[in-house]
Amino acid sequence: MSLSQQKFLLYAGLLLAGILAPFVFPNFTFQITVLWVMILFALTWDILGGQMGYNSLGNIFFFGAGMYVCAIVQIGLYYDVAQYTVSSGAVKVEFTPEQYFTGLFLGIIAAALSSVVFAIIFGWVVFGLRGPYFAIGTLGFTLAAGELVGAWEYVGGGGGIALPIFPGEPDDRALFFYTLSFIPAICTFAFLRWLYSGRFGLAANAIRDDEEKAEGMGIHTMRYKTTGWAIAAFFLGISGAVFGNMIGFIEPLEVAFPTVTFGIFMVIMCLLGGKGTLWGPVVGATLFHAFKEVTWTYLLGWQWVALGALIIILVVFFQQGIMGWAQDKWPERFGIIVEGADTADAADQKAAQ
Amino acid sequence: MLDNISLLIQAPLLNIQLLLDGLFIGAIFALAAYGLALVWGVMNVKNLAQGDFVMMGGYIAWLLSTYGIHPIFGLPVAMVIMFGFGWLIYITIICRIINRDLFTSLLATFGLALVIAQLLNLAFGPEVRVAISGFAINSFFDGMVTVANIKFIGLVLAAILAAMVISFMKLSRMGQAIRATAQDPRAAKVMGIDTERIYAFTFALNAAICGAAGALISMIWVIQPFFGIAYSIRSFVIVTAAGLGNLPGVIIAGLGLGGAELYAGFVFGAELQQFTVVGLLVVVLVVRQIQQRKHRQAVQ
Repeated sequence: MSLSQQKFLLYAGLLLAGILAPFVFPNFTFQITVLWVMILFALTWDILGGQMGYNSLGNIFFFGAGMYVCAIVQIGLYYDVAQYTVSSGAVKVEFTPEQYFTGLFLGIIAAALSSVVFAIIFGWVVFGLRGPYFAIGTLGFTLAAGELVGAWEYVGGGGGIALPIFPGEPDDRALFFYTLSFIPAICTFAFLRWLYSGRFGLAANAIRDDEEKAEGMGIHTMRYKTTGWAIAAFFLGISGAVFGNMIGFIEPLEVAFPTVTFGIFMVIMCLLGGKGTLWGPVVGATLFHAFKEVTWTYLLGWQWVALGALIIILVVFFQQGIMGWAQDKWPERFGIIVEGADTADAADQKAAQ
Repeated sequence: MLDNISLLIQAPLLNIQLLLDGLFIGAIFALAAYGLALVWGVMNVKNLAQGDFVMMGGYIAWLLSTYGIHPIFGLPVAMVIMFGFGWLIYITIICRIINRDLFTSLLATFGLALVIAQLLNLAFGPEVRVAISGFAINSFFDGMVTVANIKFIGLVLAAILAAMVISFMKLSRMGQAIRATAQDPRAAKVMGIDTERIYAFTFALNAAICGAAGALISMIWVIQPFFGIAYSIRSFVIVTAAGLGNLPGVIIAGLGLGGAELYAGFVFGAELQQFTVVGLLVVVLVVRQIQQRKHRQAVQ
């Protein structure tokens, strides 16, 4: 069997597993749904963080922005948003199934497109910053956005908004949102696989290795950075819109702009899996999510301490990640040609020292 | 919002109150920011756990005050404990990331910040705490302006501490060695300076300064496990605005941030006070970026 056939079988197998998962493990549908969201997070963070070397701590901004834009569209199509948020909880507002699905569909599209617009504006502000200034700048921007939405009465302020209720059985609802999380994650993976294999991937890696030289070679670095950022924002916007509806209630600090939970998870997942690789984020997200779901409830309040310790350990001792480690170990499996035996000997000598 | 502005114009004494409070709190911000500038300048580590060191210092002073030790005497204790803690953190974590890329130090200290905040939360609970100093509160202008004596004492203590640290850096052998290492670590090593020890000392000194700032905050304001990140961001705002190694700049930026924050809290309401801090960070970064862009074009 040739390598391409092996790869095809692998992809087909994973796709099939993804489709069958909610039927085989019906009790874990929600956890698997969140897993797909996590994979999408890690993949989109890696566009800038891994491939371009722009480590953002604020990507979660697009998630929250998508969530709020979708909510405003869903409600705004049929009701006055300000009145809806004021009377939230007191008055029960009905959405017919047709209204619900139209609203959700248009909301997701609006969320994706507006996130792209936000990315272009946001990028214009922060892309002149380098290294740690970029990380701190994006972190500050996202924290500021969360605080600002929290003070904005039109969208319910710190109290949040209850979203329209899904018309149908709970089981159908779970499957519906599973599909809506599964498809964007798969699309993200397929799109990025195509994107990295072309000119964009080369340019992104050139920016990561040396931005000044890349610019000197005639690469429009600003254009590539903004494009990468906008692609990440597009998928994160969709993900935010779906996730908000799945939770059913959104509020600014914990659900929409969770900088210290999801915002930092995406970085950790990429580091764990190996940043700058295609499969790294997927592997990292799967392992991290599984680990978190299994251990979280048994740690009784210590889970955040464990998370912080995990960050430190990963950053200090294991920065290349699982895929990076595998690439070092078996370079020929990844199509990396090791030049001659000299380098291998030299590496051995270095290791022996 | 406009009502609040007109209130400020009609009652000018309110301005005095806000400015005084801004001065008191800004002096402490400047102290913590000076520690950050020290570590950043000497060893090129961006410490995102800065604010959590401050909170730790505050909790030490508060804990001692519950045992009947006055928080002013708790301050030197907090400094000593935090010095040891800083040294421990250096030899366990920081020394491994000091030569790595810039994002590494940021992310590792972010993890450290999470751990410290959560441990404080587990140990002392999420309530807001104050170390009670028991000093009188003075009123001026028929009670329009009130100044607690402890705030004034805090300002004096902050000034004394700053003077001590600065003269230490300027005059002592250790201070000279730290400055030499900041200028050129390799040359310093050649001259026989144990740079590893210098780094450990610098980081521990920063933790001690943070501990002192925290003890002062526990007396004149409030402490809570999760307030740390706000102090980290404030320190970053001040250092980024002032630039590294610019001590008068750090002091002015610290006092300015204190004033700006209290004014914004008064004019826009308390829920936007946090926003002011992070908003100012974004503004400072954008301004710097525009400056740098000009600089880059000049080089071309």
